[in-house]
Amino acid sequence: MSDLSSTEHHLRRAERWHPAEALPWLAAIAVFFLLPDYTVLGTQIMIMILFALSLDLILGYAGIVTLGHAAYFGAGAYATGMVSAHLGWGEPFSGLLIGGAAGALLGLVSGAVLLRYHGLTLLMLTLATAILLQELANATEVWTGGFDGLTGISIEPLFGVFENDLFGRNYYLYVLGVLFVAFLLCRRLVHSPFGRTLVGIRENVARMHAIGTPVYARLLLAYVISAGLAGVAGALFAQSNAYVTLDVLSFARSGAVLIFLILGGTGKLYGAFIGTSVYLILEDELAKLSPEFWEFGLGLVLVLVVLFFRRGVLGAFEDLAAKLRTGRS
Amino acid sequence: MEQFAKALVSILFDGIAYAMLLFIISVGLSITMGLMGFVNLAHGAFAMAGGYIVVALMNQLGMPFLPSLAVSFLAIAIVSIPMERYVYSRLYSAGELDQVLLSIGLVFMTIAAVTFVFGPNPPSIEMPGFLKGQWNLGFGLFPAYRSFTILVGAVLIAVLWFVFEKTLIGARIRAAVDNRAMAQSVGIDVDKLFVATFAVGSGLAAIGGGLAIEIVGMAPTFAIYYLVYFLIVVAVGGLGSTAGVFLAALILGIIDTAGKYYWPDGGAFFIYLITIAILLVKPAGLFGRE
Repeated sequence: MSDLSSTEHHLRRAERWHPAEALPWLAAIAVFFLLPDYTVLGTQIMIMILFALSLDLILGYAGIVTLGHAAYFGAGAYATGMVSAHLGWGEPFSGLLIGGAAGALLGLVSGAVLLRYHGLTLLMLTLATAILLQELANATEVWTGGFDGLTGISIEPLFGVFENDLFGRNYYLYVLGVLFVAFLLCRRLVHSPFGRTLVGIRENVARMHAIGTPVYARLLLAYVISAGLAGVAGALFAQSNAYVTLDVLSFARSGAVLIFLILGGTGKLYGAFIGTSVYLILEDELAKLSPEFWEFGLGLVLVLVVLFFRRGVLGAFEDLAAKLRTGRS
Repeated sequence: MEQFAKALVSILFDGIAYAMLLFIISVGLSITMGLMGFVNLAHGAFAMAGGYIVVALMNQLGMPFLPSLAVSFLAIAIVSIPMERYVYSRLYSAGELDQVLLSIGLVFMTIAAVTFVFGPNPPSIEMPGFLKGQWNLGFGLFPAYRSFTILVGAVLIAVLWFVFEKTLIGARIRAAVDNRAMAQSVGIDVDKLFVATFAVGSGLAAIGGGLAIEIVGMAPTFAIYYLVYFLIVVAVGGLGSTAGVFLAALILGIIDTAGKYYWPDGGAFFIYLITIAILLVKPAGLFGRE
């Protein structure tokens, strides 16, 4: 009995809001007021944070390793972009829903097949699926604009009032708001019984089968939610840039989001925030100096992270904090 | 009709030459993944580095093409030994994700270093006279360089087949791929075996990179662009199966060439479609064990 209550105590404590969780949001608001030159970069960073967050649900919590998550980001971007460019539907919030629905639908169709596979086969299948879509988008030039990219996207002002101005201030707040709502959803999910089931599947799938968890159905649900969020991120990308290229579906993008998440730390939600911000800010600063220098440094950091800091930036902080705590007592 | 037959022969010929290239580079990757279960995304970087060694030897030192290929093989094989011992071996027990990230990191570093030294543009080399123009093979004229590539590929396949099927070392490698623990317990030094196969596999990738300069072109991004093809060949063929790698390379090489010939806009569409279809039916690849 005491075991059960201590477990429950532990789970409830993990769910409670920690004051430090306000930091990223305060930082985002501070950037808006103090560093107005960085709102455009900040908007792109937050979009990629949302994308990385969606990956964290399946990779960090459910343990599904994928090299093709850009498929869903791209589906959302193209869906939102094409609805505006071809049908003239430019209302932003419904555009987001369309992007999210496109991502989720693709996640349902592809996930239903992909999730029956594991290990290297799964890696190859996810990779091939995303590149197949990229080739398909390249071939269907009439709809997607092909190699030249999809132009003619025109998004109406938010609430009919706030335009996407030159300095991107309105869109900064818009993307921040969407990210916050999505984050609340993810946070709720991972602390719910459903979220704990995913962790159980990641840690010991045989035992989860044994206690009667419908493993495949749970994984598929997680995959669809993740793909939907990736689609929303893609939709935000299409709306803020008013332009979509084949690059949204690329292997490079699938790889990049994986790197963001690993750098920050998987299975912690905030890993997506730290990893993405550190990566993109460093890229912005260092690539200006020399692209080769940046690429070499990034490679070196990846090698060092894998060899010495397996749990990412956040993990390293947690380990340090734990060490200090035990050292003091 | 004659037009069609001519196109068909030309597609088959180019497709087989391309398949040989894919085979030479991928076979080492297949053994690495089959033997140690290591997802080595840096394999394409080895091929790229090998290609640039050939470029540097020929253009800077004026070394002829064939000796340059041999030096490139040795250089990459030797460099890969400490890499395997001190970097890769630390991650054999880790998950695929860590292996993917580490090797992607190495890819970035290699691409950056090569771009820094040679610049981002494709280099060019001067081919020796006997590899230019066309060869008369008795039943028609064929492009000399592609014929040469097919010849090199065929020789390598024969050598690999002999080593794998007819020698003690080959028997040990096959035993270790099938059941590593059992192989170790009957006294096979799997670690040593692996260093040797890893070095040879990386060296073969370097030869493939050297051959690729005149077929698909060389550039720093070769390491990542063609990596996907190598991985697909390995996955479709089945880990650790040389015959599987050959068959997969042949299928993908010919279909890709045909696809690009008849539907240039579709690009590599067919390759990915076929890959997905094969893996859905046979998750462990054509010759893989479930």
